[in-house]
Amino acid sequence: MSRLAAAFAKDRPALVTFVTAGDPTPDATPAILDALVEGGADVIELGMPFTDPMADGPAIQAANLRSLGAGTRTADILRIAGDFRSRHPDVPLVLMGYANPMTIRGADWFASECAQAGVDGVICVDIPPEEDGEIGPALRDCGISLIRLATPTTDAMRLPTVLNGSSGFLYYVSVAGITGTQQAALDTIEDAVGRLKSATDIPVAVGFGVRTPEQASDIAKVADGVVVGSALVELVARHGADAAGPVRDLTGMLAEAVHAAR
Amino acid sequence: MNANQPNSFRNQPDEFGHFGQFGGRYVAETLMPLILELQREYEKAKTDPTFRDEFESLLEHYVGRPSPLYFAPRLTEELGGAQVWFKRDELNHTGAHKINNCIGQILLAIRMGKTRIIAETGAGQHGVATATVAARFGLPCVIYMGAKDVERQQPNVFRMRLLGAEVVPVESGARTLKDAMNDALRDWVANVHDTFYIIGTAAGPHPYPELVRDFQSVIGREARQQMLDRTGKLPDLLVAAIGGGSNAIGLFHPFLDDPDVKMLGIEAAGHGLDKEHAASLAGGRPGILHGNKTYLLQDEDGQIAEAHSISAGLDYPGIGPEHSWLKDIGRVEYDSVTDDEALEAFQLLCRTEGIIPALEPSHAIAAVARVAPRMGKDEIILANLCGRGDKDIFTVADALGVKL
Repeated sequence: MSRLAAAFAKDRPALVTFVTAGDPTPDATPAILDALVEGGADVIELGMPFTDPMADGPAIQAANLRSLGAGTRTADILRIAGDFRSRHPDVPLVLMGYANPMTIRGADWFASECAQAGVDGVICVDIPPEEDGEIGPALRDCGISLIRLATPTTDAMRLPTVLNGSSGFLYYVSVAGITGTQQAALDTIEDAVGRLKSATDIPVAVGFGVRTPEQASDIAKVADGVVVGSALVELVARHGADAAGPVRDLTGMLAEAVHAAR
Repeated sequence: MNANQPNSFRNQPDEFGHFGQFGGRYVAETLMPLILELQREYEKAKTDPTFRDEFESLLEHYVGRPSPLYFAPRLTEELGGAQVWFKRDELNHTGAHKINNCIGQILLAIRMGKTRIIAETGAGQHGVATATVAARFGLPCVIYMGAKDVERQQPNVFRMRLLGAEVVPVESGARTLKDAMNDALRDWVANVHDTFYIIGTAAGPHPYPELVRDFQSVIGREARQQMLDRTGKLPDLLVAAIGGGSNAIGLFHPFLDDPDVKMLGIEAAGHGLDKEHAASLAGGRPGILHGNKTYLLQDEDGQIAEAHSISAGLDYPGIGPEHSWLKDIGRVEYDSVTDDEALEAFQLLCRTEGIIPALEPSHAIAAVARVAPRMGKDEIILANLCGRGDKDIFTVADALGVKL
């Protein structure tokens, strides 16, 4: 069983946590990733910084700029991922980011670097199924999951397109909007997750706007996983190179709430 | 034309919005259903005579089309070579070619039942044109504009506000056009249910590059007919400035299958191609940004570089995907002009023809001044005078060291 499948196969909902690679510096990221694992995160999403993060709200935009300002390069991110894999052989690691940094040296190059670094899955925000003719096959050939996003605007007619070729888990973006915005109403999320689960066997994780253990717990009652990003990134913004402790504490509270939700 | 070239240069893009390897629909999933709906609606509108009649009627009676085709005798004499003609799109309502596209897009917005308009703007010309059509049709309108551009284009900011638009200064990134486009996309993704995004140039996710080109092609269609009527022949060379490239593609597209018409697109070389500039074709390479694959200024990791041009309308690190394709297949030649050359050309046109051009077409005029002397007196250059320069007099005064 793959690391991602195993993370969702436990008899409890999974906590998926996001931080931006190289924020505040490439040297500070390993300790922050370790803190996520120690706090009890089941899946780690590592954001690849981009100059133009169109789908992100202010918190993650600022994290992207801090990281790039600290001189983070793609090579640093792949090294951070590879070192993480050495330290944590069993924790699934997903790279999340934008098309241009992922494809600029060619999709095959990126997929093979990911495979070498022990990356389990890739989320590319601005490559919809219609445009994944290169990166999709490249990732699949390397055994890496292509994690797709479904949103409130993904209707029944379109859903099969999104699900076709999707693997690892399905990331349900609970609000039509950017990261870190208001959370959607719980009953809406429950309906949406229900529709998705009736259409696919892969796990459904819900993200965007989930900030507190209470919110995470509510969502964990209806979904296979809960994604928390901006709230953790804000801790990194506040504590900088000393963020590992606060990140561990919040992750611990989130993990407890998510794992005990049902 | 050799065997490797297509039968027609005018049948792009394919059904997926690809111009060769360029273009496409690189957007977040939230926007995909809307992009697909826009494409379906545009396909229907294209063949709907009611839509076409309304578009053409507004262009005639509201915008003031057709714009004149003007022979520039004193500039021609001064340059001492080819005859220089201008397509006078600076005489349009709102002072630039941008309004052609805005009329088309707001008609689409209304057709789709959208009740709120957003747009990005660089120099402010597209923002003014969008605010204008929003006022004309009574729809609320939010314009995203880089904070740096807000500072250097105050008259246009005031115009937009007079027209009832809300102007949001964008503080992220380099605080220019690229960042304004990011924030417009963020707004759109959060408001897809009621909002129509009027993109100002022939770029962005499919079908925008196609529909903006189609709406702007009125420039080339008119110019082609006017030139035939006046001279009995087609021009030898077309010249237009390129930021995203909407005025250039609008002029070029109707001529693409006329094999004897050469075309020259002019990018902004800013302080010089070895320094800060905005010439994506000359100094960039293919990548993905703002919904399409195209030439971009970027580093080896694919991080987008800041562009620079004295002209806020050309200050963008990308270019419309059709230009990337036309460059790669060799149908259109591309070159660049520096800030200083554009400033000189700006003054040259003021002095010789009594026309104050915008800084954007000043780049095209500089290229005309470069190539006309090398051409014969029986040859014809047609350049697109895509905007007037009233908005730029403060920038120009500043660059010339004049205190107003």
